[in-house]
Amino acid sequence: MNGPADKIRITDSTLRDGSHAMAHRFTEEQVRGVVHALDRAGVEVIEVTHGDGLGGSSFNYGFSLEDDIKLVAAAVDEAAAAKIAVLLLPGLGTVEDLRRAHGAGASVARIATHCTEADVSLQHFAAARDLGMETVGFLMLSHRIGPDELAAQARIMVDGGAQCVYVVDSAGALVLGEAQERVGALVREIGHEAQVGFHGHQNLSLGVANSVLAQQNGARQIDGALCALGAGAGNSPTEVLVATFERLGVPTGVDVQGALAAADDVVKPFLERLPFADRGAITQGYAGVYSSFLLHAERAAERYGVPAHEILQRVGEAGYVGGQEDMIIDVALGLAAERERAS
Amino acid sequence: MSRLTAAIVGPGNIGTDLLVKLLRSDLVEVHSMVGVDPASDGLARARALGVPASAEGVDWLLAQAAPPDLVFEATSAKAHLANAPRYAAAGITAIDLTPAAAGPFVCPPVNLDTLADAANLNMITCGGQATVPIVHAVSSVVPVPYAEIVASIASRSAGPGTRANIDEFTQTTARAIERVGGAARGKAIIILNPVSPPMIMRDTVFCAIPADADTDAIAASVEKMVAEVAAYVPGYTLRAEPQFDGPRDIWNGMARVAVFLEVRGNGDHLPEWAGNLDIMTAAAARVGEQLARGKAAA
Repeated sequence: MNGPADKIRITDSTLRDGSHAMAHRFTEEQVRGVVHALDRAGVEVIEVTHGDGLGGSSFNYGFSLEDDIKLVAAAVDEAAAAKIAVLLLPGLGTVEDLRRAHGAGASVARIATHCTEADVSLQHFAAARDLGMETVGFLMLSHRIGPDELAAQARIMVDGGAQCVYVVDSAGALVLGEAQERVGALVREIGHEAQVGFHGHQNLSLGVANSVLAQQNGARQIDGALCALGAGAGNSPTEVLVATFERLGVPTGVDVQGALAAADDVVKPFLERLPFADRGAITQGYAGVYSSFLLHAERAAERYGVPAHEILQRVGEAGYVGGQEDMIIDVALGLAAERERAS
Repeated sequence: MSRLTAAIVGPGNIGTDLLVKLLRSDLVEVHSMVGVDPASDGLARARALGVPASAEGVDWLLAQAAPPDLVFEATSAKAHLANAPRYAAAGITAIDLTPAAAGPFVCPPVNLDTLADAANLNMITCGGQATVPIVHAVSSVVPVPYAEIVASIASRSAGPGTRANIDEFTQTTARAIERVGGAARGKAIIILNPVSPPMIMRDTVFCAIPADADTDAIAASVEKMVAEVAAYVPGYTLRAEPQFDGPRDIWNGMARVAVFLEVRGNGDHLPEWAGNLDIMTAAAARVGEQLARGKAAA
């Protein structure tokens, strides 16, 4: 290939996917600090919501310390140039939630469904477009179906009003070529009318490598999080993505030193635990389990005296999808009962 | 005992499953099955079972010399909103399985006895029928400031209507948790799972309860309610005993009870995994039978 590479756009999800790792306890001060640093570094889109999106504050997923809408408003206030994005999972968040977020200044709507269920997002895409928001579709647990099936689901989202559709590796389970093939299939199906994005996780330590392959196969939006702050072993680190793409000569518009400073000076000081590929997280990548289940599995493990990695393995075998956090307790109860019978 | 006659309007999967259930009833006699598509499988099934069937819609039904006492509507919210005033004018009680909510929400073991005279009864949602009884069982022992339910259903059991307007499920169910379940604030979550073979419907109910709540009394109330629902939905079971967690700061100092349910369908017309559809038709049939009992007693 000749000539300069197309610019790609980095969306930082520290304040959304990172919310899982923070047990949804971000303060307004932390949100302002992170938005300020990302905005100054030149990150164009910053996602702010409960880890499970608008309306996520609940017994099932964990209650937010601060109301989402208040944090979105603070982020909008703090950002000089960056757009503020919100995530919404149909079945949990509603059009009404989206209207409130838009009222607080959010301008990008990211609508996420399980990778086979794109048609539940249509009313939300329609509402987002009516509100004048930019729209992004999120096909979660993209490893569960093949490239062509995934592209067909992306087509449903684009026909419904999505301006970009992401291959979302929610389990951090895609291994190199598997990410590449899915991105390529989406580019062929929707590339002439919408962009394609990639959202990676580090459970098998491939978030950045998969993101590079995604870019080389036509993805133009890439997600990251500072210090990898996110579910499971974390997300592709924004600061590593920016440095790597610069070395590859792919423009992101983000200043490498600014991103490094944001990670090191702003996020790292408030982290109690850095995302790490421990036994539970690797099991998630290996068995294809939704990354946000990790901390829930650890809590259930402690409550019911069964190992977290066994819970996660069982959850993977059952084929549970994003949002079924309640089934983690159910599985832990089942494992505990089996142990009691065996002893 | 005097039987009530009932028409089923909407011969799709729900209407056909309801037909199978009502044909077993000693209290409700099926008057007819009504649709708008002459090629409907449901209408053909009704005819094969000896039930009068028409593809000429509600106009046909209301032109009959002897109209039914009840109509079960399994069409769409829009169709029901158009039909409801016509049923009312004809003196027919409507049991509405659509999300129209033209009449009050009904959940048989909770509030049916207070609604015997209503002209129009709404069956809430599948998740509502599965979880509102449990919220009510808890709120009849202790105050429940907040209740939250998670309904997981097989993708294949979610029809195009549900998919196109999934907010209707979450909002309607949340309102029923409050108005019928007795929680001060309700929240509902629905998950579609495509796993093969299809997963059986699962429902989880979380209620915030006072720190000093009598957990034995709550567990007993929940278990009693599960038995009441199981009387008309045989596949409605607890997966485990109710789980109690002590008070936490992040729960505003409240404690929590979590109830894990499985809803296996009866396999009448729809497969066993479609417990979400079965609980709607079983609850609707229960409403019809209770109305018949009420009439006989009056």
